[in-house]
Amino acid sequence: MSPRLALCAIVLLAIVGGAVAIAWGRSGPERPHWEGHGIKPPDKDFPLPEIVSGYWFRTKETQAIQDDDFNNPGFFAVEQGEELWSKPDGAAGKSCASCHQDAATSMKGVGAAMPKWREALHKPVNLEQQINICRTERMQAEPWKFGSAELTAMTTYVRFQSRGMPVRVRIDGPMAPWFERGKQLYHTRNGQLDLACASCHEKNYGRNLRADFLSQGQSNGFPVYRLRDQRLVPLHERMEGCIFDVRGIPYAPLSDEFLALELYLAWRGTGLPVETPAVRN
Amino acid sequence: MVRRLNRREALAAGAGAFAAGLGSATGPARALNDYAEQIAKFTGGRTPVEGRVKLELPELAENGNTVPLSVAVDAPSGEGAHVQEILVVAPANPNARVIRFRFSPLSVPEASTRIRLAATQDVIAVAKLSDGTFFSASRQIKVTIGGCGG
Amino acid sequence: MAETKPRIRLDKKEVRKGQIVDVKTLVSHVMETGLRKDAAGKVVPRMIINTFNCEFNGQFVFGCDLESAVSANPYFEFKFKPMESGTLKFTWIDDEGVRIEAAETITVV
Repeated sequence: MSPRLALCAIVLLAIVGGAVAIAWGRSGPERPHWEGHGIKPPDKDFPLPEIVSGYWFRTKETQAIQDDDFNNPGFFAVEQGEELWSKPDGAAGKSCASCHQDAATSMKGVGAAMPKWREALHKPVNLEQQINICRTERMQAEPWKFGSAELTAMTTYVRFQSRGMPVRVRIDGPMAPWFERGKQLYHTRNGQLDLACASCHEKNYGRNLRADFLSQGQSNGFPVYRLRDQRLVPLHERMEGCIFDVRGIPYAPLSDEFLALELYLAWRGTGLPVETPAVRN
Repeated sequence: MVRRLNRREALAAGAGAFAAGLGSATGPARALNDYAEQIAKFTGGRTPVEGRVKLELPELAENGNTVPLSVAVDAPSGEGAHVQEILVVAPANPNARVIRFRFSPLSVPEASTRIRLAATQDVIAVAKLSDGTFFSASRQIKVTIGGCGG
Repeated sequence: MAETKPRIRLDKKEVRKGQIVDVKTLVSHVMETGLRKDAAGKVVPRMIINTFNCEFNGQFVFGCDLESAVSANPYFEFKFKPMESGTLKFTWIDDEGVRIEAAETITVV
Protein backbone atom coordinates (compact mmCIF):
# COMPACT_ATOMS: atom_id res chain seq x y z
CA MET A 1 0.00 0.00 0.00
CA SER A 2 1.42 3.37 -0.99
CA PRO A 3 1.74 6.06 1.74
CA ARG A 4 -0.89 8.14 -0.06
CA LEU A 5 -3.36 5.30 -0.16
CA ALA A 6 -2.61 4.52 3.47
CA LEU A 7 -3.38 8.12 4.35
CA CYS A 8 -6.62 7.96 2.40
CA ALA A 9 -7.56 4.85 4.31
CA ILE A 10 -6.92 6.59 7.63
CA VAL A 11 -8.93 9.62 6.57
CA LEU A 12 -11.69 7.32 5.47
CA LEU A 13 -11.73 5.53 8.81
CA ALA A 14 -12.10 8.90 10.53
CA ILE A 15 -14.99 9.88 8.27
CA VAL A 16 -17.04 6.77 7.93
CA GLY A 17 -16.04 4.88 11.02
CA GLY A 18 -18.70 2.36 11.81
CA ALA A 19 -19.99 2.01 8.24
CA VAL A 20 -16.69 0.48 7.22
CA ALA A 21 -16.96 -2.22 9.83
CA ILE A 22 -20.29 -3.21 8.33
CA ALA A 23 -18.90 -3.11 4.80
CA TRP A 24 -15.91 -5.26 5.75
CA GLY A 25 -18.04 -7.62 7.69
CA ARG A 26 -20.61 -10.02 6.30
CA SER A 27 -22.42 -7.62 4.03
CA GLY A 28 -21.70 -9.48 0.82
CA PRO A 29 -24.44 -10.73 -1.46
CA GLU A 30 -25.98 -13.98 -0.44
CA ARG A 31 -23.85 -16.90 -1.51
CA PRO A 32 -25.26 -20.02 -3.17
CA HIS A 33 -26.20 -22.87 -0.87
CA TRP A 34 -24.05 -25.60 -2.34
CA GLU A 35 -24.24 -27.91 0.67
CA GLY A 36 -26.52 -30.88 0.31
CA HIS A 37 -26.61 -30.66 -3.48
CA GLY A 38 -23.83 -33.18 -3.95
CA ILE A 39 -23.69 -36.94 -4.14
CA LYS A 40 -22.23 -39.42 -1.71
CA PRO A 41 -18.61 -40.49 -2.30
CA PRO A 42 -18.12 -44.13 -3.34
CA ASP A 43 -16.16 -45.03 -0.16
CA LYS A 44 -15.12 -43.62 3.19
CA ASP A 45 -11.55 -42.88 2.13
CA PHE A 46 -12.70 -40.51 -0.59
CA PRO A 47 -11.08 -37.04 -0.32
CA LEU A 48 -14.46 -35.25 -0.28
CA PRO A 49 -17.33 -35.83 2.16
CA GLU A 50 -19.77 -34.79 -0.58
CA ILE A 51 -19.14 -34.51 -4.33
CA VAL A 52 -20.64 -31.25 -5.58
CA SER A 53 -20.80 -29.95 -9.14
CA GLY A 54 -19.45 -26.44 -9.78
CA TYR A 55 -23.00 -25.53 -10.80
CA TRP A 56 -24.01 -25.27 -7.13
CA PHE A 57 -21.22 -22.82 -6.33
CA ARG A 58 -22.44 -20.28 -8.87
CA THR A 59 -24.97 -17.47 -8.46
CA LYS A 60 -28.57 -17.98 -9.49
CA GLU A 61 -28.00 -15.73 -12.52
CA THR A 62 -25.16 -17.93 -13.79
CA GLN A 63 -27.17 -21.07 -13.08
CA ALA A 64 -30.11 -19.62 -15.02
CA ILE A 65 -28.02 -19.37 -18.20
CA GLN A 66 -27.22 -23.08 -17.93
CA ASP A 67 -30.73 -24.13 -16.89
CA ASP A 68 -32.26 -23.29 -20.26
CA ASP A 69 -30.44 -24.74 -23.27
CA PHE A 70 -31.74 -21.90 -25.40
CA ASN A 71 -30.10 -19.28 -23.17
CA ASN A 72 -26.81 -21.18 -23.04
CA PRO A 73 -24.43 -19.90 -25.74
CA GLY A 74 -22.42 -23.12 -25.25
CA PHE A 75 -24.95 -24.69 -27.59
CA PHE A 76 -23.44 -22.85 -30.53
CA ALA A 77 -20.48 -25.24 -30.08
CA VAL A 78 -22.82 -28.24 -29.87
CA GLU A 79 -24.41 -27.12 -33.15
CA GLN A 80 -21.03 -26.53 -34.78
CA GLY A 81 -19.86 -29.97 -33.63
CA GLU A 82 -22.99 -31.57 -35.03
CA GLU A 83 -22.31 -29.97 -38.40
CA LEU A 84 -18.67 -31.10 -38.41
CA TRP A 85 -19.68 -34.63 -37.41
CA SER A 86 -21.01 -35.47 -40.87
CA LYS A 87 -18.67 -33.25 -42.90
CA PRO A 88 -16.02 -35.30 -44.78
CA ASP A 89 -12.43 -34.13 -44.31
CA GLY A 90 -9.01 -35.55 -45.25
CA ALA A 91 -7.63 -37.88 -47.94
CA ALA A 92 -9.85 -40.82 -46.98
CA GLY A 93 -12.95 -38.78 -47.79
CA LYS A 94 -14.57 -39.75 -44.53
CA SER A 95 -16.43 -37.92 -41.81
CA CYS A 96 -16.96 -38.97 -38.19
CA ALA A 97 -20.39 -40.24 -39.27
CA SER A 98 -18.83 -42.58 -41.87
CA CYS A 99 -17.69 -44.89 -39.06
CA HIS A 100 -19.80 -43.83 -36.07
CA GLN A 101 -23.14 -43.04 -37.78
CA ASP A 102 -25.50 -41.30 -35.37
CA ALA A 103 -23.57 -39.68 -32.53
CA ALA A 104 -26.65 -39.76 -30.28
CA THR A 105 -26.30 -43.56 -30.05
CA SER A 106 -22.64 -44.28 -30.88
CA MET A 107 -21.18 -41.60 -28.59
CA LYS A 108 -23.57 -42.05 -25.67
CA GLY A 109 -21.49 -42.58 -22.55
CA VAL A 110 -18.14 -42.18 -24.32
CA GLY A 111 -17.36 -38.75 -22.89
CA ALA A 112 -18.29 -39.79 -19.35
CA ALA A 113 -15.55 -42.45 -19.29
CA MET A 114 -12.55 -40.48 -20.59
CA PRO A 115 -9.55 -40.50 -20.26
CA LYS A 116 -9.32 -44.16 -21.27
CA TRP A 117 -6.44 -46.59 -21.83
CA ARG A 118 -5.28 -47.05 -25.44
CA GLU A 119 -3.28 -50.25 -25.72
CA ALA A 120 -1.77 -49.33 -29.11
CA LEU A 121 -0.25 -46.17 -27.63
CA HIS A 122 0.57 -47.68 -24.21
CA LYS A 123 -1.05 -44.65 -22.58
CA PRO A 124 -4.44 -43.18 -21.81
CA VAL A 125 -6.04 -40.64 -24.15
CA ASN A 126 -8.64 -37.99 -23.52
CA LEU A 127 -11.49 -36.98 -25.82
CA GLU A 128 -9.52 -34.33 -27.72
CA GLN A 129 -6.70 -36.79 -28.36
CA GLN A 130 -9.09 -39.55 -29.46
CA ILE A 131 -10.79 -37.17 -31.91
CA ASN A 132 -7.42 -36.34 -33.45
CA ILE A 133 -6.44 -40.03 -33.57
CA CYS A 134 -9.59 -40.66 -35.61
CA ARG A 135 -8.79 -37.70 -37.84
CA THR A 136 -5.21 -38.70 -38.59
CA GLU A 137 -5.59 -42.50 -38.71
CA ARG A 138 -9.07 -43.05 -40.13
CA MET A 139 -9.78 -39.86 -42.05
CA GLN A 140 -6.19 -39.06 -43.05
CA ALA A 141 -6.92 -35.47 -42.12
CA GLU A 142 -4.79 -32.95 -40.26
CA PRO A 143 -5.24 -33.07 -36.49
CA TRP A 144 -7.11 -30.09 -35.10
CA LYS A 145 -5.00 -27.76 -32.95
CA PHE A 146 -5.72 -27.73 -29.23
CA GLY A 147 -7.91 -24.74 -28.48
CA SER A 148 -9.19 -24.45 -32.06
CA ALA A 149 -12.91 -23.79 -32.39
CA GLU A 150 -13.27 -27.07 -34.31
CA LEU A 151 -11.61 -29.34 -31.75
CA THR A 152 -13.43 -27.71 -28.85
CA ALA A 153 -16.76 -27.87 -30.71
CA MET A 154 -16.32 -31.57 -31.53
CA THR A 155 -15.23 -32.35 -27.97
CA THR A 156 -18.28 -30.50 -26.68
CA TYR A 157 -20.61 -32.26 -29.12
CA VAL A 158 -19.32 -35.75 -28.26
CA ARG A 159 -19.34 -35.09 -24.53
CA PHE A 160 -22.85 -33.61 -24.79
CA GLN A 161 -24.05 -37.06 -25.91
CA SER A 162 -23.31 -38.22 -22.32
CA ARG A 163 -25.10 -35.33 -20.65
CA GLY A 164 -26.79 -36.50 -17.47
CA MET A 165 -24.77 -39.71 -17.33
CA PRO A 166 -22.48 -40.27 -14.33
CA VAL A 167 -18.73 -39.67 -14.72
CA ARG A 168 -16.91 -42.96 -14.25
CA VAL A 169 -13.29 -43.62 -15.25
CA ARG A 170 -11.12 -46.74 -14.89
CA ILE A 171 -8.15 -46.22 -12.57
CA ASP A 172 -7.05 -49.85 -12.28
CA GLY A 173 -4.61 -51.94 -14.32
CA PRO A 174 -2.36 -49.87 -16.58
CA MET A 175 -4.27 -46.72 -15.55
CA ALA A 176 -3.07 -47.04 -11.93
CA PRO A 177 0.29 -45.30 -12.33
CA TRP A 178 -1.40 -42.47 -14.25
CA PHE A 179 -3.92 -42.08 -11.45
CA GLU A 180 -1.11 -41.99 -8.85
CA ARG A 181 0.74 -39.38 -10.93
CA GLY A 182 -2.42 -37.26 -11.17
CA LYS A 183 -3.05 -37.55 -7.44
CA GLN A 184 0.51 -36.50 -6.72
CA LEU A 185 0.30 -33.48 -9.06
CA TYR A 186 -3.02 -32.51 -7.48
CA HIS A 187 -1.38 -32.26 -4.07
CA THR A 188 1.89 -30.63 -5.19
CA ARG A 189 2.26 -26.95 -4.36
CA ASN A 190 3.06 -24.80 -7.33
CA GLY A 191 4.02 -21.26 -8.34
CA GLN A 192 4.92 -18.12 -6.42
CA LEU A 193 1.69 -18.38 -4.42
CA ASP A 194 2.73 -21.90 -3.42
CA LEU A 195 -0.71 -23.43 -3.80
CA ALA A 196 -1.68 -26.94 -4.83
CA CYS A 197 -4.97 -27.75 -6.59
CA ALA A 198 -6.01 -29.27 -3.26
CA SER A 199 -5.26 -26.05 -1.35
CA CYS A 200 -8.26 -24.38 -2.98
CA HIS A 201 -10.49 -27.16 -4.23
CA GLU A 202 -10.16 -29.75 -1.46
CA LYS A 203 -9.36 -27.71 1.66
CA ASN A 204 -11.22 -24.46 0.99
CA TYR A 205 -14.16 -24.93 -1.33
CA GLY A 206 -17.24 -23.01 -0.22
CA ARG A 207 -15.06 -20.14 0.95
CA ASN A 208 -13.83 -16.95 -0.63
CA LEU A 209 -10.30 -16.56 -1.93
CA ARG A 210 -10.29 -12.79 -2.27
CA ALA A 211 -13.09 -12.20 -4.79
CA ASP A 212 -13.46 -15.84 -5.76
CA PHE A 213 -16.00 -18.22 -4.34
CA LEU A 214 -14.15 -21.52 -4.52
CA SER A 215 -15.79 -24.62 -5.93
CA GLN A 216 -14.53 -28.18 -5.72
CA GLY A 217 -12.95 -27.71 -9.14
CA GLN A 218 -14.98 -30.54 -10.67
CA SER A 219 -14.57 -31.33 -14.36
CA ASN A 220 -18.05 -32.71 -15.14
CA GLY A 221 -19.17 -29.62 -17.09
CA PHE A 222 -16.21 -29.29 -19.46
CA PRO A 223 -15.80 -27.88 -22.00
CA VAL A 224 -17.60 -25.03 -20.22
CA TYR A 225 -18.98 -21.75 -21.51
CA ARG A 226 -17.12 -19.21 -19.40
CA LEU A 227 -18.78 -15.86 -18.77
CA ARG A 228 -15.28 -14.39 -18.63
CA ASP A 229 -14.17 -15.58 -22.06
CA GLN A 230 -17.66 -15.68 -23.59
CA ARG A 231 -16.76 -18.91 -25.39
CA LEU A 232 -16.23 -22.63 -24.74
CA VAL A 233 -13.13 -23.36 -22.67
CA PRO A 234 -11.64 -26.88 -22.67
CA LEU A 235 -10.43 -28.43 -19.39
CA HIS A 236 -6.71 -28.21 -20.13
CA GLU A 237 -7.02 -24.48 -20.87
CA ARG A 238 -8.79 -24.01 -17.53
CA MET A 239 -6.01 -25.91 -15.73
CA GLU A 240 -3.44 -23.72 -17.50
CA GLY A 241 -5.36 -20.74 -16.12
CA CYS A 242 -5.32 -22.14 -12.58
CA ILE A 243 -1.57 -22.66 -12.62
CA PHE A 244 -1.08 -19.22 -14.15
CA ASP A 245 -3.27 -17.76 -11.37
CA VAL A 246 -0.97 -19.21 -8.69
CA ARG A 247 1.90 -17.70 -10.69
CA GLY A 248 3.35 -21.00 -11.75
CA ILE A 249 4.49 -22.23 -15.14
CA PRO A 250 1.63 -24.30 -16.60
CA TYR A 251 2.12 -27.70 -18.21
CA ALA A 252 1.26 -27.82 -21.89
CA PRO A 253 -2.30 -28.72 -22.91
CA LEU A 254 -2.53 -32.44 -23.78
CA SER A 255 0.76 -33.10 -21.94
CA ASP A 256 1.08 -36.30 -19.88
CA GLU A 257 0.93 -34.19 -16.70
CA PHE A 258 -2.42 -32.60 -17.61
CA LEU A 259 -3.71 -35.96 -18.82
CA ALA A 260 -2.86 -37.53 -15.44
CA LEU A 261 -4.56 -34.57 -13.71
CA GLU A 262 -7.61 -34.92 -15.94
CA LEU A 263 -7.87 -38.57 -14.90
CA TYR A 264 -7.60 -37.68 -11.21
CA LEU A 265 -10.19 -34.88 -11.59
CA ALA A 266 -12.62 -37.25 -13.31
CA TRP A 267 -12.16 -39.81 -10.52
CA ARG A 268 -12.73 -37.28 -7.71
CA GLY A 269 -15.98 -36.35 -9.49
CA THR A 270 -17.10 -39.98 -9.77
CA GLY A 271 -20.86 -40.15 -10.16
CA LEU A 272 -21.44 -36.49 -11.01
CA PRO A 273 -23.64 -36.07 -14.07
CA VAL A 274 -21.94 -34.78 -17.21
CA GLU A 275 -23.19 -31.19 -17.70
CA THR A 276 -21.39 -30.32 -20.94
CA PRO A 277 -21.74 -27.55 -22.04
CA ALA A 278 -21.96 -26.12 -18.50
CA VAL A 279 -21.90 -22.39 -17.77
CA ARG A 280 -19.30 -21.09 -15.33
CA ASN A 281 -17.82 -17.73 -14.32
CA MET B 1 -32.46 0.83 0.80
CA VAL B 2 -29.35 1.80 2.70
CA ARG B 3 -26.44 1.94 0.33
CA ARG B 4 -23.40 0.29 1.83
CA LEU B 5 -19.89 0.95 0.67
CA ASN B 6 -17.65 -1.90 -0.37
CA ARG B 7 -13.94 -1.75 0.27
CA ARG B 8 -12.95 -0.36 -3.13
CA GLU B 9 -15.65 2.28 -3.06
CA ALA B 10 -14.87 3.13 0.52
CA LEU B 11 -11.27 3.75 -0.46
CA ALA B 12 -12.34 5.75 -3.51
CA ALA B 13 -14.75 7.79 -1.44
CA GLY B 14 -12.05 8.34 1.15
CA ALA B 15 -9.63 9.45 -1.52
CA GLY B 16 -12.25 11.83 -2.91
CA ALA B 17 -12.90 13.31 0.49
CA PHE B 18 -9.20 13.73 1.06
CA ALA B 19 -8.73 15.49 -2.27
CA ALA B 20 -11.66 17.80 -1.55
CA GLY B 21 -10.10 18.90 1.70
CA LEU B 22 -12.24 16.60 3.83
CA GLY B 23 -15.43 17.77 2.16
CA SER B 24 -18.24 15.30 1.69
CA ALA B 25 -17.91 12.77 -1.12
CA THR B 26 -21.08 12.90 -3.17
CA GLY B 27 -22.29 11.63 -6.54
CA PRO B 28 -21.55 8.32 -8.18
CA ALA B 29 -18.06 7.09 -7.41
CA ARG B 30 -15.47 6.76 -10.13
CA ALA B 31 -17.21 8.00 -13.22
CA LEU B 32 -14.65 7.53 -15.95
CA ASN B 33 -16.59 8.64 -18.97
CA ASP B 34 -19.08 11.15 -20.38
CA TYR B 35 -22.20 9.33 -19.19
CA ALA B 36 -23.90 12.55 -18.06
CA GLU B 37 -23.38 14.10 -21.49
CA GLN B 38 -24.68 10.96 -23.16
CA ILE B 39 -27.85 11.14 -21.07
CA ALA B 40 -28.23 14.86 -21.81
CA LYS B 41 -27.83 14.16 -25.52
CA PHE B 42 -30.49 11.47 -25.28
CA THR B 43 -32.97 13.67 -23.39
CA GLY B 44 -32.21 16.89 -25.27
CA GLY B 45 -30.99 18.43 -22.05
CA ARG B 46 -34.03 17.54 -19.93
CA THR B 47 -33.57 15.98 -16.55
CA PRO B 48 -35.27 12.58 -16.40
CA VAL B 49 -37.73 11.98 -13.58
CA GLU B 50 -36.66 9.15 -11.32
CA GLY B 51 -39.18 6.32 -11.34
CA ARG B 52 -41.43 4.19 -13.56
CA VAL B 53 -38.34 2.41 -14.88
CA LYS B 54 -37.49 -0.98 -13.41
CA LEU B 55 -33.85 -1.92 -13.93
CA GLU B 56 -32.79 -5.41 -12.94
CA LEU B 57 -29.19 -6.52 -12.49
CA PRO B 58 -27.71 -9.15 -10.21
CA GLU B 59 -26.47 -7.80 -6.89
CA LEU B 60 -23.12 -9.40 -7.68
CA ALA B 61 -21.73 -10.21 -11.11
CA GLU B 62 -19.48 -13.27 -10.97
CA ASN B 63 -17.80 -11.94 -14.04
CA GLY B 64 -18.23 -8.48 -15.55
CA ASN B 65 -18.05 -9.81 -19.10
CA THR B 66 -21.50 -11.42 -19.07
CA VAL B 67 -24.03 -9.64 -16.85
CA PRO B 68 -27.76 -10.25 -17.35
CA LEU B 69 -29.74 -6.99 -17.55
CA SER B 70 -33.51 -6.48 -17.73
CA VAL B 71 -35.34 -3.21 -18.04
CA ALA B 72 -39.06 -2.48 -18.05
CA VAL B 73 -41.13 0.69 -17.99
CA ASP B 74 -44.46 1.08 -16.28
CA ALA B 75 -46.24 2.82 -19.17
CA PRO B 76 -49.12 1.91 -21.43
CA SER B 77 -48.23 0.33 -24.74
CA GLY B 78 -50.41 0.61 -27.82
CA GLU B 79 -52.57 3.68 -27.20
CA GLY B 80 -51.49 6.92 -25.56
CA ALA B 81 -47.91 7.83 -24.73
CA HIS B 82 -45.78 4.76 -25.38
CA VAL B 83 -42.15 4.08 -24.62
CA GLN B 84 -40.01 4.88 -27.64
CA GLU B 85 -36.52 4.18 -26.40
CA ILE B 86 -34.48 3.14 -23.39
CA LEU B 87 -30.81 4.12 -23.12
CA VAL B 88 -28.53 2.20 -20.75
CA VAL B 89 -25.29 3.83 -19.60
CA ALA B 90 -22.45 2.55 -17.41
CA PRO B 91 -20.54 5.39 -15.68
CA ALA B 92 -17.46 3.29 -14.86
CA ASN B 93 -17.06 1.60 -18.25
CA PRO B 94 -14.53 2.78 -20.85
CA ASN B 95 -17.48 3.98 -22.94
CA ALA B 96 -20.65 5.23 -21.28
CA ARG B 97 -23.19 3.89 -23.76
CA VAL B 98 -24.12 0.24 -23.37
CA ILE B 99 -27.24 -0.24 -25.47
CA ARG B 100 -30.27 1.66 -26.75
CA PHE B 101 -33.50 -0.33 -26.99
CA ARG B 102 -36.07 0.92 -29.52
CA PHE B 103 -39.75 0.09 -29.08
CA SER B 104 -42.94 0.53 -31.10
CA PRO B 105 -46.67 0.61 -30.34
CA LEU B 106 -46.62 -3.13 -31.13
CA SER B 107 -43.98 -4.00 -28.54
CA VAL B 108 -44.17 -4.14 -24.76
CA PRO B 109 -41.69 -1.78 -23.04
CA GLU B 110 -39.56 -4.59 -21.61
CA ALA B 111 -36.23 -6.01 -22.77
CA SER B 112 -33.38 -8.19 -21.54
CA THR B 113 -29.80 -8.68 -22.70
CA ARG B 114 -26.29 -9.47 -21.37
CA ILE B 115 -23.73 -6.74 -20.91
CA ARG B 116 -20.09 -6.07 -20.01
CA LEU B 117 -19.25 -4.02 -16.91
CA ALA B 118 -15.68 -2.98 -16.14
CA ALA B 119 -16.15 -2.29 -12.42
CA THR B 120 -18.57 -2.00 -9.52
CA GLN B 121 -20.86 0.91 -10.38
CA ASP B 122 -24.35 2.39 -10.62
CA VAL B 123 -25.82 1.47 -14.00
CA ILE B 124 -28.43 3.94 -15.28
CA ALA B 125 -31.40 3.41 -17.62
CA VAL B 126 -33.32 6.34 -19.12
CA ALA B 127 -36.65 5.85 -20.89
CA LYS B 128 -38.03 8.21 -23.52
CA LEU B 129 -41.82 8.35 -23.96
CA SER B 130 -43.66 9.47 -27.07
CA ASP B 131 -45.02 12.53 -25.25
CA GLY B 132 -41.48 13.83 -24.73
CA THR B 133 -41.15 12.86 -21.07
CA PHE B 134 -38.15 11.00 -19.66
CA PHE B 135 -37.90 8.62 -16.71
CA SER B 136 -34.90 6.92 -15.16
CA ALA B 137 -33.65 4.33 -12.71
CA SER B 138 -30.21 3.38 -11.46
CA ARG B 139 -28.94 0.29 -9.80
CA GLN B 140 -25.71 -0.61 -8.10
CA ILE B 141 -23.92 -3.77 -9.11
CA LYS B 142 -20.79 -5.25 -7.61
CA VAL B 143 -18.43 -6.69 -10.19
CA THR B 144 -15.88 -9.33 -9.24
CA ILE B 145 -12.46 -8.35 -10.53
CA GLY B 146 -8.97 -9.67 -10.08
CA GLY B 147 -9.70 -13.22 -9.00
CA CYS B 148 -9.35 -16.49 -10.86
CA GLY B 149 -12.44 -15.55 -12.85
CA GLY B 150 -11.27 -11.98 -13.48
CA MET C 1 -18.18 -14.57 -38.91
CA ALA C 2 -21.24 -16.45 -37.83
CA GLU C 3 -20.65 -20.15 -38.40
CA THR C 4 -23.92 -21.12 -36.80
CA LYS C 5 -27.50 -20.07 -37.36
CA PRO C 6 -29.10 -17.55 -35.01
CA ARG C 7 -31.31 -19.09 -32.36
CA ILE C 8 -34.87 -17.79 -32.02
CA ARG C 9 -37.56 -18.94 -29.62
CA LEU C 10 -41.15 -17.73 -29.38
CA ASP C 11 -43.06 -18.84 -26.31
CA LYS C 12 -46.05 -19.46 -28.59
CA LYS C 13 -46.64 -19.43 -32.33
CA GLU C 14 -50.42 -19.47 -32.21
CA VAL C 15 -52.04 -16.62 -30.31
CA ARG C 16 -55.26 -14.72 -29.89
CA LYS C 17 -55.29 -11.20 -31.31
CA GLY C 18 -53.37 -8.83 -29.02
CA GLN C 19 -51.97 -11.60 -26.84
CA ILE C 20 -48.34 -11.07 -25.79
CA VAL C 21 -45.65 -13.16 -27.47
CA ASP C 22 -42.28 -13.51 -25.76
CA VAL C 23 -39.34 -13.53 -28.18
CA LYS C 24 -35.79 -14.66 -27.37
CA THR C 25 -32.87 -14.41 -29.76
CA LEU C 26 -29.25 -15.50 -29.50
CA VAL C 27 -26.69 -14.99 -32.24
CA SER C 28 -23.07 -16.14 -32.46
CA HIS C 29 -20.69 -13.17 -32.61
CA VAL C 30 -17.34 -12.37 -30.98
CA MET C 31 -18.27 -8.69 -30.24
CA GLU C 32 -14.66 -7.49 -30.31
CA THR C 33 -14.60 -4.28 -28.26
CA GLY C 34 -11.81 -2.39 -30.01
CA LEU C 35 -10.29 -1.79 -26.57
CA ARG C 36 -8.16 -4.93 -26.44
CA LYS C 37 -4.55 -5.33 -27.52
CA ASP C 38 -3.15 -8.48 -29.10
CA ALA C 39 0.03 -10.27 -27.99
CA ALA C 40 2.10 -7.88 -30.13
CA GLY C 41 0.59 -4.86 -28.38
CA LYS C 42 -1.52 -3.76 -31.34
CA VAL C 43 -5.12 -2.71 -30.77
CA VAL C 44 -7.56 -5.31 -32.09
CA PRO C 45 -10.04 -3.32 -34.20
CA ARG C 46 -13.64 -3.08 -33.04
CA MET C 47 -15.90 -5.66 -34.65
CA ILE C 48 -19.38 -5.79 -33.15
CA ILE C 49 -22.97 -6.26 -34.17
CA ASN C 50 -24.13 -2.64 -33.94
CA THR C 51 -27.80 -2.99 -34.94
CA PHE C 52 -30.60 -5.45 -34.33
CA ASN C 53 -34.08 -5.03 -35.78
CA CYS C 54 -37.27 -7.04 -35.70
CA GLU C 55 -40.16 -6.36 -38.09
CA PHE C 56 -43.61 -7.92 -38.29
CA ASN C 57 -45.20 -7.89 -41.76
CA GLY C 58 -42.82 -5.06 -42.68
CA GLN C 59 -43.67 -2.96 -39.63
CA PHE C 60 -41.00 -2.12 -37.04
CA VAL C 61 -41.54 -3.96 -33.74
CA PHE C 62 -38.38 -3.82 -31.64
CA GLY C 63 -34.72 -3.06 -32.17
CA CYS C 64 -31.56 -1.91 -30.52
CA ASP C 65 -28.32 -0.09 -31.11
CA LEU C 66 -25.49 -2.06 -29.56
CA GLU C 67 -22.18 -0.74 -28.25
CA SER C 68 -19.10 -2.76 -27.38
CA ALA C 69 -20.45 -3.22 -23.85
CA VAL C 70 -22.87 -5.88 -25.10
CA SER C 71 -21.48 -9.36 -24.36
CA ALA C 72 -20.31 -11.74 -27.08
CA ASN C 73 -23.07 -13.87 -28.61
CA PRO C 74 -25.70 -11.13 -28.12
CA TYR C 75 -28.89 -12.24 -26.39
CA PHE C 76 -32.16 -10.33 -26.50
CA GLU C 77 -35.55 -10.95 -25.03
CA PHE C 78 -38.55 -8.77 -25.84
CA LYS C 79 -42.35 -9.00 -26.03
CA PHE C 80 -44.89 -7.89 -28.60
CA LYS C 81 -48.60 -8.13 -29.44
CA PRO C 82 -49.42 -9.35 -32.93
CA MET C 83 -52.77 -8.05 -34.22
CA GLU C 84 -52.76 -10.34 -37.29
CA SER C 85 -51.01 -13.44 -38.63
CA GLY C 86 -47.69 -12.84 -40.29
CA THR C 87 -43.93 -13.13 -40.41
CA LEU C 88 -41.41 -11.82 -37.90
CA LYS C 89 -38.17 -10.84 -39.62
CA PHE C 90 -34.96 -10.52 -37.61
CA THR C 91 -31.83 -8.70 -38.83
CA TRP C 92 -28.45 -8.33 -37.16
CA ILE C 93 -25.87 -6.00 -38.79
CA ASP C 94 -22.19 -5.87 -37.83
CA ASP C 95 -19.42 -3.25 -38.28
CA GLU C 96 -18.44 -4.73 -41.65
CA GLY C 97 -22.02 -4.48 -42.87
CA VAL C 98 -22.55 -8.25 -42.75
CA ARG C 99 -26.23 -9.05 -42.26
CA ILE C 100 -27.52 -12.09 -40.43
CA GLU C 101 -31.18 -12.76 -41.11
CA ALA C 102 -33.88 -15.05 -39.77
CA ALA C 103 -37.67 -15.31 -39.84
CA GLU C 104 -40.51 -16.91 -37.84
CA THR C 105 -44.22 -17.10 -38.54
CA ILE C 106 -47.03 -16.37 -36.10
CA THR C 107 -50.67 -17.32 -36.52
CA VAL C 108 -53.41 -15.24 -34.91
CA VAL C 109 -56.46 -17.41 -34.32
